[in-house]
Amino acid sequence: MRYLLLMHYREPAEGEISAEAIAEAMEAFGAYGRALEAAGVLVTADVLQPTAATTTVTRREGTLQVQDGPFAETKEALAGVFVLDVPDLDAAIGWAEKCPGAQWGVIEVRPAATTLVDGQWTR
Amino acid sequence: MDALTSGDGCWAAGPCPGGTGPAAQAAGLAARDSYGRLLALLSASTSDIAAAEDALADAFERALRTWPAQGTPANPDAWLLTVARNRLRDHWKSAQARRAFPLHGQQDSLIHTDDLDVDAIPDGRLELMLVCAHPAIERSAYTPLMLNTVLGFTAEQIGRAFSMPTSAMATRLVRAKKRIKAARIPFRIPDRGDLPARMAAVLEAVYGAYVIDWATTGPQARHLPSEALQLAEVLTRCAPGDPEAHGLAALVQLSASRAPARLDVDGRFIPLPDQDPSLWDSRLIDRAHEHLRAAHAQGRLGRFQLEAAIQAVHCARRGDGPTDWPALLALHRVLHAVAPSLGSGVALAAVTAEVEGPAAGLATLQALLEDAGQHARRFQPARATRAHLLDRLGRCRMRCGQVGTSRPSQARSTAKSGPSPCSACPPPRRTWPYTTRACS
Repeated sequence: MRYLLLMHYREPAEGEISAEAIAEAMEAFGAYGRALEAAGVLVTADVLQPTAATTTVTRREGTLQVQDGPFAETKEALAGVFVLDVPDLDAAIGWAEKCPGAQWGVIEVRPAATTLVDGQWTR
Repeated sequence: MDALTSGDGCWAAGPCPGGTGPAAQAAGLAARDSYGRLLALLSASTSDIAAAEDALADAFERALRTWPAQGTPANPDAWLLTVARNRLRDHWKSAQARRAFPLHGQQDSLIHTDDLDVDAIPDGRLELMLVCAHPAIERSAYTPLMLNTVLGFTAEQIGRAFSMPTSAMATRLVRAKKRIKAARIPFRIPDRGDLPARMAAVLEAVYGAYVIDWATTGPQARHLPSEALQLAEVLTRCAPGDPEAHGLAALVQLSASRAPARLDVDGRFIPLPDQDPSLWDSRLIDRAHEHLRAAHAQGRLGRFQLEAAIQAVHCARRGDGPTDWPALLALHRVLHAVAPSLGSGVALAAVTAEVEGPAAGLATLQALLEDAGQHARRFQPARATRAHLLDRLGRCRMRCGQVGTSRPSQARSTAKSGPSPCSACPPPRRTWPYTTRACS
């Protein structure tokens, strides 16, 4: 069963985090990624650009609206997505607690409802 | 929690034994035992409790229609499990379910009653209880979910016990079951590292079935909290090596044993020291002592064992002997060290007053309240204890013009001579239950 680990945390200001701390975090994410791959549970993983780089698109009102900035202005922003294929929630929670982002943020564990496989949405 | 007692024990899904005699009660208990076992087996592979409940309800309905004419099968549980599994298989094979679920070979195979030995199938109720108290479930749903799935009580019965409308309780149960299925909360015993924390949640939830008796209702007449007794017994059978499960069962049984003595003829509350011990249920007390011995054999002390030991000391007053306050003080000190809470601290202060005098009790209480902060001052048992101890001190001062002792030398002498704060005064009448609600 597919679970998404959604990392949320407060975006640091420019220069707020030292070069050593960034190197340390990258090392931790590197080890985490290798552990996910070694266990054969990783589908995809992306760490996102800050919300300053995001663009919001909608046709909800009938016409196309393109705006800069995130969908919701919140203190903690979506910062990364890991897609895992594991048997159950306990396994997903187990990986979420090992995620480096859990050290300074919150990991939302969410099961996928349906997935596009070979052009077909699974039921 | 009188809504769920054995006289009310007909559950919607199962056959109603009819009547409230011992045989009917035994039948009701056995049916409840089967309900949780069967539901655990039926929902384990998919985490879909709602579908398993529907299938089991269908099986019970068919039993009610066919058993009177054809006779009760030799192994009713196996019969019910087979019919329910076939119902589930039909559900999985239906067009709607085929789109919604992958088919599994094992689930898909036909099962015949003759091949099935229910006793050989492992009891999955501990896994079911662990699911009900999973950290991904809303905390307030733990206890209702256990009563509903493990014992088969309906939303209406549980709602009554929690003083909640049926619809609100039903919504809460449905939401929790949807979550279990959608998030795929597994029916599995967690790893050794996670197990203690998960078992603690299960124990808390079973304890919750017991304390709603005190927390949500007024002092009207009520029966034994039989559903909490049942849950605790089921838990000790599923986890016989867990000393805290035995401790919890003993705690619930010892507290319940005094229920017949808790109210006077007018329905007024009788404090523990004034209760007539001959009314206490000696069968429950004996059973509790069996659990305490089983817990002790494991050699791991814990909160529930300590609380049960405190209850056992209170129950030792049977035969009108004196209460062993020094033993209680030692137990309360360990309890407050192992599992400190506002309740355990207030109880410790009250028992300290019994052994070392009201001034020592007040000093203990004062230190506790200063550490605990603002909300502790509104904690009703703390205020009641404080008022009670001040009253005793005041009475003492009025009678002999001296304040009850807090000096160590006198404290030791009062420990021997009894609870009276100074030797000139007679012991005050005990009118307040000295420990927290579990002691009423």
